[in-house]
Amino acid sequence: MTHPVREKDEHSGVETTGHEWDGIRELDNPLPRWWLWVFYACIAYSIGYWVLMPSWPGLTGYTRGLLGQSDRVEVSRALNDLATVRGAGAAKLKTATLAQIESDPELQAYALQVGTSIFGDNCATCHGAGGGGAKGYANLRDDVWLWGGTLEDIQQTITYGIRSGDDQGRMSQMPAFGRDQLLNSAQVADMTEYVVALSGRQASAAAVTRATPVFAEQCASCHGPAGKGMQSVGAPDLTDSDWLFGSDRASISSQIHNGRGGVMPAWGHRFSPETIKALAVYIHANSGQ
Amino acid sequence: MSDDPLFQLQAYIFVAAAVIGGFSLNAAMSGGLLNNDASKYMDGVVRAGVIATMFWGAVGMLVGVVVASQLTWPEIFYFSDFGWLNFGRLRPLHTSAVVFAFGGNALICTSFYVVQRTCRARLFGGVLPWFVFWGYQLFIVLAAVGYLAGITQSKEYAEPEWVVDLWLTVVWVGYLFTFLGTIWKRKEPHIYVANWFYLAMIVTVALLHIVNNLVVPVGILNHSSVPLFGGVQSALTQWWYGHNAVGFFLTAGFLAIMYYFVPKRIGRPIYSYRLSIVHFWALIFIYIWAGPHHLHYTALPQWAQTLGMTFSIMLWMPSWGGMINGLMTLSGAWDKLRTDPVVRMMVVAIAFYGMSTFEGPVMSIRAVNALSHYTDWTIGHVHSGALGWVGFISFGAIYCLVPWLWKKDRLYSNNLVEWHFWIATTGIVLYICAMWVSGIMEGLMWREYTPQGFLAWSFIETVSAKHVENIIRTVGGLMFLSGTLIMIYNLWRTVRLPSVETSDALSAPLPAAA
Repeated sequence: MTHPVREKDEHSGVETTGHEWDGIRELDNPLPRWWLWVFYACIAYSIGYWVLMPSWPGLTGYTRGLLGQSDRVEVSRALNDLATVRGAGAAKLKTATLAQIESDPELQAYALQVGTSIFGDNCATCHGAGGGGAKGYANLRDDVWLWGGTLEDIQQTITYGIRSGDDQGRMSQMPAFGRDQLLNSAQVADMTEYVVALSGRQASAAAVTRATPVFAEQCASCHGPAGKGMQSVGAPDLTDSDWLFGSDRASISSQIHNGRGGVMPAWGHRFSPETIKALAVYIHANSGQ
Repeated sequence: MSDDPLFQLQAYIFVAAAVIGGFSLNAAMSGGLLNNDASKYMDGVVRAGVIATMFWGAVGMLVGVVVASQLTWPEIFYFSDFGWLNFGRLRPLHTSAVVFAFGGNALICTSFYVVQRTCRARLFGGVLPWFVFWGYQLFIVLAAVGYLAGITQSKEYAEPEWVVDLWLTVVWVGYLFTFLGTIWKRKEPHIYVANWFYLAMIVTVALLHIVNNLVVPVGILNHSSVPLFGGVQSALTQWWYGHNAVGFFLTAGFLAIMYYFVPKRIGRPIYSYRLSIVHFWALIFIYIWAGPHHLHYTALPQWAQTLGMTFSIMLWMPSWGGMINGLMTLSGAWDKLRTDPVVRMMVVAIAFYGMSTFEGPVMSIRAVNALSHYTDWTIGHVHSGALGWVGFISFGAIYCLVPWLWKKDRLYSNNLVEWHFWIATTGIVLYICAMWVSGIMEGLMWREYTPQGFLAWSFIETVSAKHVENIIRTVGGLMFLSGTLIMIYNLWRTVRLPSVETSDALSAPLPAAA
């Protein structure tokens, strides 16, 4: 083993360490001064931070720091501030009835703020950011309601949900007429024409005639003899232009065949009663009701 | 047998791999392919590693473009009939594919090349390096199929469950033995700095992997498990792991690549031996304490957050030591930035390394983190490190390696390297700028309150607000992927060039200097 021989690098005039690996050599430059001083400064900053702030753990606790700063204290202070700002509104919301909230402009404004915030992060996922709905998810901005659009109806729906599994949830189930062979495929096709005709659109007259007795027998018990729907069982009005699962023939036929029904969770398990009141007021105020 | 279909799936893959492995080993031995000629370097496994690196790189980046598209156009890239292609399954597939499959193969194959050259010794262990290579590929396949099938322990960068973790442990210990054994029989008096970094990476990743995966399996024939630590202790262990996966896998390991390929390619000595010693040990000692900065303003005690933050700030200069040593090694050869796109790629890698190791400490400051945490800013930060540093330094190394390993006197086309460089660099800049903008925007939106203390924006509004940035990010990622595909084409044409005579015999000892 030879002793390393230091050479002078021609370009920089700096000596190498004399080591060489696969042709790679190393210069013997000192640590860059600025690098070292910034490193020291970072260490000094850290030591200063440790002195001022909670930092090193010991056997029974940790060093609290000269500033006495504490996240927990900050959080409780912020929560207290919040209680001051919201206090009056929050207290009134607890005791007021839905009608009282709507008739008191100040309280209503507060309830709308709560409702906006809660709706955006919980309801908008399905009903859309503005509550406009989507295929399979009800539009909450119009005046068409599956389960009723009064303040109390809305409060009930939010609290217990729809087909949510909750004992008091809204419950109904449209039969899957095609899938369960209650109607054959010709009858489903006829019924599709009948429903199209109900909403005032052009449809095959022969098919409508064939479907008329079937509608009276199979559909009228929920949708009503004239197809105007029934809110107590969540059966939609088939004569308007508002369609939960789509208005074209394929969508209608698919709905008759499969009898889909959406699920809405029971929010009573997640929100306080006053939050649900605020939400009901918000939805009611933004609807076409 | 197990009644757990997911366990069965992994067991079938494992058995199939064992059967194929057994037959291949038998064929290789009887065909004389495993003759262990100690006078020559073992380069076959490095060639295999280069191919695996580029293959997994393309796969991982493609999945990245897909998940970016899912975020940008959810109505188009939501595959309702293929639940296993959901964002939640593909996202860990992307991160693991680029970090462990692309990055891991780059580390293993370059380390096998570098340790032999800088020790003047053939790889230790006979068939062991091949076991490490194929064993690691099996780990990747098991993990990837597992993610798609729904197997995860929900720890970031440590998603595989206990069965796959045990297998990786076996492979990784094999890797450690191969590397240590080669260093042990070296014919150089000193151990080159690149090997310190590789070794630190191998040892620390073993430690991190084992501690973060301490679990109790639900059953001996069940794929799932329960972690040994609970609550905030589990979170802290996870981020001690997660941060050091970045620190030792993606920083130390790729610094090793830089320390060999940069001076080798430009033919200049490393700038400062002393700096490499000091920044190596400072990096190793400080990095391991920085993990708590991932848990600012959580249930983690504040004192632990303070320590995580201050150690991250102290980490700034130790990280930059590597940047200085890399950049200053160019002193006397700056003209190569103009003439050699491969050098330019590695230098830009070092620049991105410097930028993201400055950005990291800044983001660890609690006040900054209050804004940046959980936003796209973090994603941008990761990608300036991943695309800029890890990606480009690996590409640079592989552009060097392919002509060396396949005995060519040049790359097929330097022009294509130029195209790769400019397309990918533009892609990175688009990507990280978009993420800065969207990250700071959503951070500001999340903390905006109405006078009565209600959030001003719902979450979905903050998501919709960054649609344009998401488009730019997707385009940036697509450009980076395109660059990689150009590279693969260029490498393939290079391999098909006529070979030149070069020796794969161990290089001769240095003549004693007069």
